[in-house]
Amino acid sequence: MSEPAILVEALSKRFGDLAALDGIDLQVEEGTIFGLLGPNGAGKTTAVRVLATILAPDGGRAEVLGRDVVREPAAVRRRIGLAGQYAAVDPNLTGRENLRMVGVLGQLPRAAIAPRAAELLERFSLSDAADRPLRTYSGGMRRRLDIAASLVPKPPVLFLDEPTTGLDLTSRNELWDMIRELVDEGTTVLLTTQYLEEADQLAERVAVIDGGLVIANDTPERLKADLGDTVVEMDFADEALAGRALALLEGDGLGSVEHEHRTVRVSSNRGAHVLVDVLRRFDGDGVEPDTLSVREPSLDDVFMALTGHKAVSDEIDEGEAR
Amino acid sequence: MSAETVATRTQVALDRHIPMGVARDTVAIVQRNLIAYRRVPQLLVFSTIQPVIFVVMFRYVFGGAIQASLPPSVPYVDYLMPGIFLQTVVFGAIATAIGLATDVKSGLMERFHALPMARSAVLSGRTLADTVRNVFVVALMMTVGFLVGWRIHTDVLGLLAGAGLVLLFGFSMSWIFATVGLAVGDPETAQAASFPVLAPLVFASSAFVPVETMPTWLQGFAAHQPVSVTASAVRALTLGGPAAADVLASIAWSIGLIAVFGTIAVRLYRRAV
Repeated sequence: MSEPAILVEALSKRFGDLAALDGIDLQVEEGTIFGLLGPNGAGKTTAVRVLATILAPDGGRAEVLGRDVVREPAAVRRRIGLAGQYAAVDPNLTGRENLRMVGVLGQLPRAAIAPRAAELLERFSLSDAADRPLRTYSGGMRRRLDIAASLVPKPPVLFLDEPTTGLDLTSRNELWDMIRELVDEGTTVLLTTQYLEEADQLAERVAVIDGGLVIANDTPERLKADLGDTVVEMDFADEALAGRALALLEGDGLGSVEHEHRTVRVSSNRGAHVLVDVLRRFDGDGVEPDTLSVREPSLDDVFMALTGHKAVSDEIDEGEAR
Repeated sequence: MSAETVATRTQVALDRHIPMGVARDTVAIVQRNLIAYRRVPQLLVFSTIQPVIFVVMFRYVFGGAIQASLPPSVPYVDYLMPGIFLQTVVFGAIATAIGLATDVKSGLMERFHALPMARSAVLSGRTLADTVRNVFVVALMMTVGFLVGWRIHTDVLGLLAGAGLVLLFGFSMSWIFATVGLAVGDPETAQAASFPVLAPLVFASSAFVPVETMPTWLQGFAAHQPVSVTASAVRALTLGGPAAADVLASIAWSIGLIAVFGTIAVRLYRRAV
């Protein structure tokens, strides 16, 4: 087997009393997309910052394409691209000027810079806005330019920290397609996300991270198989009614059933059929939910299943804990 | 071709050496910062309106009163203008603090950190761009000076040497305020934190009034601090008289400040993300 593109062993990083990374292990194979899934404050951004040589770790080690992030940071920087959570671009420069600046600083040969900038502007549908200052760009355009900037030096390894947060659906889908294209061309992508769906859509492998620890590391299919692919969630008028519903639903065949105050949740891998079964069991017993929704499992469901607690953190803002 | 050969070739390409990399990176950052002055002219306008107001105020409002403490052979406007140039570059250096703090806050600093660029280029590109801006602003203030009656008693060489001292001093101020900007990491705070640093430097100095008019406890500081020393040097160069001692003292101050605050700023930059 070939060397992994990204290797992380027992990596730890503390900010004061807070263990942002509490000894994590990861391996990312070359030419794949790896998803780092977790709530705010789980340690995702800290992990990316250490891998991008921005933060020094307190313990453990990390390598990118065989180069140690602490001992050979310059060599690592020549191999990576980073698009952080904020659109890290200069608002006073035009799109083209931003990309050219990154081309120079990314040590691209002079003759290659202008064509590379034009190529990326075209690819990210920014050609029309290329010569306008970024102050005039929309949020989605800035984010696209930010990701384009991270690609200027053609890095073999790309870190994307919550790339689609704040994007509308169309922009998000476009971005997903672009990420897939990059991987088809051989790029290795490590992406962090709060959305299970995003990890599921893009990543070959997903590590679920919580409180600085990796609590699951598997393919999205197997993570979801444990959960089922469909969740039916119902709210009842009061807890007594929810209790009666629970009694009707528990038993063979439906999947896992959870109950929390006035809410009952059924997780199943039988698709929409489960809804018919649920309603059939209620029929005749006079049990009717106030609201009912059928959806795919969310990050909350993964967390509930893995940790027994919700993916709601204490909102530790990693930006503040720098 | 084996996979190993491909990998080796890729790595050679990735680690290729770009000649003059530091200079190339620094020029890229200087250009980027100067573009901001061109696209957001407010930045320049506000840093020139204030010194113009100071010229008018001190020349025509306070000048008459201050003239009494000067030798009659020295018109106050000729005493004032070197002080104005220094005030201009010291106040202007706030832009260095705000600019760097903005880059920290926006995440741009993080991008620079992850790029294989010269580590020094982000800071030197900022301070050099602000020095280029100072060339423009000092030339403008000289024009304003000539309009309100400032006269050179020496020659063009004296004037150019004086301008050089002012610019060198402005460059050293940029390193002080680079330190402030990186330390606070937020543009609004940087602006607020800068004033307490610059107020004693500019006002407890000989920039606008002779030090002899101040209380004795203040004179010791006011006479020897770098703004006063540089103001004296520029006055000697434009009014005539022995200049060497003040010129050397001013250069020593500037180089010392650049060495000390350059070191601190670089340390802060390495962990400012």
